[in-house]
Amino acid sequence: MTDKPQHPEEQVLQEGDPDTTGHSWDGIKEFNNPLPRWWLWCFYLTIIWGVAYTVLYPAWPGISGATAGVLGYSTRAEVAEEIERFDALNADLRTELTEVELASVTRDDTPELYNFALQAGAATFTTWCSQCHGEGAAGVQAAGYPNLLDDDWLWGGSLEDIQMTIAHGIRNEDDPDARWSEMTAFEGILSDEEIAQVVNYAMALSDEDGDGVNASNHAYDTTLAGTGENVFLDNCAACHGDAGDGDRFLGAPNLTDAIWLYGGSAEAVEETVRHSRFGVMPAWSGRLSEAEVNATALYVHSLGGGE
Amino acid sequence: MASQDAAPKLYAAQEPIFPKRVKGPFRNFKWALMIFTLGVYYITPWIRWDRGPSLPDQAVLVDLANRRFFFFWIEIWPHEFYFVAGLLIMAGLGLFLFTSALGRVWCGYACPQTVWTDLFYTVERWIEGDRNARLRLWKQKWDFRKWRLRVTKWIVWLLIAVATGGAWVFYFADAPTLLRDLLTGQAAFVAYATVGILTATTFIFGGFAREQICIYACPWPRIQAAMMDEHTITVAYRDWRGEPRGKGKKRREMAEAAIESSRLAGPTIRGTEPGATSAPEVEAPGDCIDCMACVNVCPMGIDIRDGQQMECITCALCIDACDEIMDKVGKPRGLIDYLALTDEANERAGNTKVPVMRHILRPRTLIYTALWSAIGVGLIVALFIRSEIDLTVAQVRNPQFVTLSDGSVRNTYDIRIRNMTAADATFRIGLTSDDVLRVDLEGSQDLMVEVPADETLLQRVYVIARPEDAASGRERTDFRFWVEEFGTEERAFGDTTFFGRGQQ
Ligand code: SF4
Ligand code: SF4
Repeated sequence: MTDKPQHPEEQVLQEGDPDTTGHSWDGIKEFNNPLPRWWLWCFYLTIIWGVAYTVLYPAWPGISGATAGVLGYSTRAEVAEEIERFDALNADLRTELTEVELASVTRDDTPELYNFALQAGAATFTTWCSQCHGEGAAGVQAAGYPNLLDDDWLWGGSLEDIQMTIAHGIRNEDDPDARWSEMTAFEGILSDEEIAQVVNYAMALSDEDGDGVNASNHAYDTTLAGTGENVFLDNCAACHGDAGDGDRFLGAPNLTDAIWLYGGSAEAVEETVRHSRFGVMPAWSGRLSEAEVNATALYVHSLGGGE
Repeated sequence: MASQDAAPKLYAAQEPIFPKRVKGPFRNFKWALMIFTLGVYYITPWIRWDRGPSLPDQAVLVDLANRRFFFFWIEIWPHEFYFVAGLLIMAGLGLFLFTSALGRVWCGYACPQTVWTDLFYTVERWIEGDRNARLRLWKQKWDFRKWRLRVTKWIVWLLIAVATGGAWVFYFADAPTLLRDLLTGQAAFVAYATVGILTATTFIFGGFAREQICIYACPWPRIQAAMMDEHTITVAYRDWRGEPRGKGKKRREMAEAAIESSRLAGPTIRGTEPGATSAPEVEAPGDCIDCMACVNVCPMGIDIRDGQQMECITCALCIDACDEIMDKVGKPRGLIDYLALTDEANERAGNTKVPVMRHILRPRTLIYTALWSAIGVGLIVALFIRSEIDLTVAQVRNPQFVTLSDGSVRNTYDIRIRNMTAADATFRIGLTSDDVLRVDLEGSQDLMVEVPADETLLQRVYVIARPEDAASGRERTDFRFWVEEFGTEERAFGDTTFFGRGQQ
């Protein structure tokens, strides 16, 4: 005989038996298999840890914020510090970006500067430019925010042109260097019939094969277009050129390509002829640093349409 | 509700266990396995492997900074993580397989907790002596000798623990460099923290928590029950042979009293205490001489004669201990043995033993084996057919397409080219399509890009459909990109879609 406790299945338990907790439900008694004491200590330790943590770190919410914690720890301050640190790391690159000739910044020749500029430009673009030009820089046609991905540039798509536009804006009264152009609103000047003729003529300019559907896939009236040439030469060619291919110096759009800033349907073109439209862009040189402007120019240029 | 006059204790102090030294085939096997596993663990990071100048020359290296995993001649990139996932699944299935066949063999022989605890016990035995000496020391007052022995033991444990934590970090960086940095105080904080934490856990778990980890902290004992059934081979006591037990004078009296032996009806393999049976006195004594050898050697501190227990890790040390006793008293070995539950009825009926293989080969284990091998074969095949260049294509969908001034439609893609070879390579980019689509690379005049050895290149690619191409008017056109390594003509492909204007 051993005095070891017998196997549970064979044990006949009494009420209050030291090996049970004394609990019983429907005759089923609960064994007492105590946890080790260190387990209990660990449990107490977690409680102490938890309390200490809320004292040391920001924790308890109040009405206008949370307790600061005696360690004065703040993630915000930490982030600010990090940003400062990285800014400092990039200071050289930023200076370089203001001094260098933009066209010489390429992936092959200056990969570090090129990558930095593209990343910085993308960040600036997302923050400041995407509101109008869209996150993907595709613009909003109905509102006349130009698509920056295509190869059609009202004011030129070279790095210098883009940089100029970003720095000084378009039709921006506060900046004497801003680009400026104006188109006459022809309602009242031309008769309705003349307007209809010139609208269709303008649409026909980008129809190479003359089948009544132009490069932007819009159908137009070929007979009306045929009679619109004189109206165009008299009223529009001064800016858009005799061939209708525009003038970048004046900011007059090329009418022979497939891209229409405000849409290429007959209604949209007519609206432009009747009432004229003026897109405005703010000058960024005051708000963004020179390095940021240059980086953004490089970024926009890299989107696929840069010249 | 029962009365509460004997308030139960909810928490108990740890009862120390002093396992006795044991000799035998299972113990030898355990030694061998311990030397092997610890050897593999400590030595592996120091094996060198020449991969050329630009790559690390450590045979097994988890290069977190560059996101590479090197395993001898194999190099795993992050996008090939399925290899690691596959190996983990195999490890899981392997564990299922072994548990369903042989119970807690993992726990008894290969689990790090067991291996290090065993090592720590060995150290303890060297320094403080075997079971009886340790028991005496434990009860004794804290005099100089006790302090000396304890402190020596703790120092040796600590050295082992530091080496254990240290070995771990060597898998993540060049071992000789890291060792020098660690010693000169120049290693990264995370390295010291890792060594510190692993040292602490090894020291505490192996030295002090021991079997408590297996009983209270490890989830595996709870899960394994789902893999075991009555054919699973585990360590068990042949109580139908051993009972009633007795020793010395009592045993002799029992034998004399046993004029006729009457076998107990239906005792279970769980073991039957003599006191609980009806007529043990007239029975001839069983083979168990109640010497407690099996209990004294058990690292989990249990008595296997009480039957299968959650604590038992099937380390078989009690088998070795009892076999030695059986040899001494001239009885056949195997009073404690690896048995399946189904063996009991069979052996009681006096039938021949069921061969071990019959227990092991059953549908459950065969299915586990089949699954395990299938994944293994799949991984090996994948290893051999994977190419050393790779391509993924991500379409830029904001906007889906751009109309150019001549009416062409242009889509933009970000192509990632991985050069997994050890040499710089030039790739030509092109596409296959039934429609005439043109490719153009951002920032590059021709269609060639250079990717340095063992690196990834992200390249923006434009695909253009002229107005007269059908793809410009169609809503979507499927096509595939390819990159071709200049010189070897090896190609990788990536399928994607071209978005056109759609019918207007
Ligand atoms: S009972 Fe035997 S097999 Fe189980 S843990 Fe103890 S010594 Fe190992
Ligand atoms: S070692 Fe064998 S003989 Fe000794 S008590 Fe254990 S089972 Fe009985």
